[in-house]
Amino acid sequence: MEGEIANMGQFIGAGLAGLGCGVSALGIGNVAGNFLSGALRNPSAAAGQTATLFIGIAFAEALGIFSFLVALLLMFAV
Amino acid sequence: MEEEAAHDVAAHGASGGIQIHPMDQFIVRPLFGGDEIHWYTPTNVTLWMALTVLAIALLLVVGTRGRNVVPSRGQSVAELAYGFVYKMVEDVTGKEGLKYFPYIMTLFMFIVTANMLGLIPAAFTVTSHIAVTAVLALAVFFTVTILGFVKNGTGFLSLFWVASAPLALRPVLAIIELISYFIRPVSHSIRLAGNLMAGHAVMKVFAGFAAAAAIAPFSILAITAIYGLELLVAFIQAYIFTILTCVYLKDALHPHH
Repeated sequence: MEGEIANMGQFIGAGLAGLGCGVSALGIGNVAGNFLSGALRNPSAAAGQTATLFIGIAFAEALGIFSFLVALLLMFAV
Repeated sequence: MEEEAAHDVAAHGASGGIQIHPMDQFIVRPLFGGDEIHWYTPTNVTLWMALTVLAIALLLVVGTRGRNVVPSRGQSVAELAYGFVYKMVEDVTGKEGLKYFPYIMTLFMFIVTANMLGLIPAAFTVTSHIAVTAVLALAVFFTVTILGFVKNGTGFLSLFWVASAPLALRPVLAIIELISYFIRPVSHSIRLAGNLMAGHAVMKVFAGFAAAAAIAPFSILAITAIYGLELLVAFIQAYIFTILTCVYLKDALHPHH
C-alpha cells in the first residue's frame, strides 16, 4: 500500500503500540510496589526474594518490549 | 531493510546537517571499505565483540594473575563477579546446577561487558542486535531442552503436565505451558536487545534536541540522567538474562512442579 493514508496509519499504529510500553510500566510498578509492601512487613525474608522480584519484573517488562518492537517494526520495517 | 538504512545514512551525510537519525547507530558496517557483508567480513559488530572478549580476558586472566591474599583492585572486581554469579547459580538451581556454572558465568560476563562497552560514546552496542541476543538465547534454549531430555528422559515432559492442577484443567494448562516454553527464546532475546536498543535510541533522541540552543541545557541534563539509568539497565539486563537462564536450567534439572 502506498500514499499518505498508509503512512498515516503507520504512524498512528506506532503511537498506539507505544501505549503498550506505558501499560507494562504499570505492571512493573505493581510488581515492585507489592514486593516493597511485603518486604517492609517482613524485612528478614526480603533479601532472599530479590531474584524473584527481578524475574517478575522481567516477565512484566518483556510484553512492553514486545509492543516497543511492534512500534519499531511499523516505523522502520514496514 | 539494511540497504534502506544504509541509503538513509548516505542521504543524511550528503545533506551535511547535524541531524542524526536515532537508529543510525545500530547499522552494521564493514570495517575496511566496501558495502558488501559476507559471513567472514570484519564489521563493527565483530570488532566490538572481539573488544568485549579482550576486556573480559584482561579482567579475569590478567587481573587475577597476582593471586594475592589481599586482592588488588582488578582481582577484587573479578572475584566479586565470580562470587556473584556463583551464588546466583547456587541459589536458583541448587548444588546440581553448579556443574553448569562455567557456561552461565560466560554468558553473564559477555553480556555485561558488551553492555558496558556499548555505553562508551561512539561505541557499538553488540547486544542491541536481535541477531546477537537470539544466538545467545537459542543456545540456552537448545542446551536446556537437550539437557532436560538427557537427564530425565521422557520425564522431562512432566514439565508440561501440571500434576497439582485438577485433572480437567491439565490439558488446557499443558497447551499453555507448551506455548510459554517455546516463546522463551523469543522473549529471552528480545528483552535484552529491546532494552538496550530503546535506551540508546532515547539517548540519541535527546542528543538530537541538544542542537536547539533553547533546550540544550535541559537536553544535556536529560542525557546525563538517562546515561545513569542506562548504566543500571546494562547491569540489570545482564543479570535478568543470566537468572532466567538459571531458572530454565532448574526446570531442566527438576521438571516436576
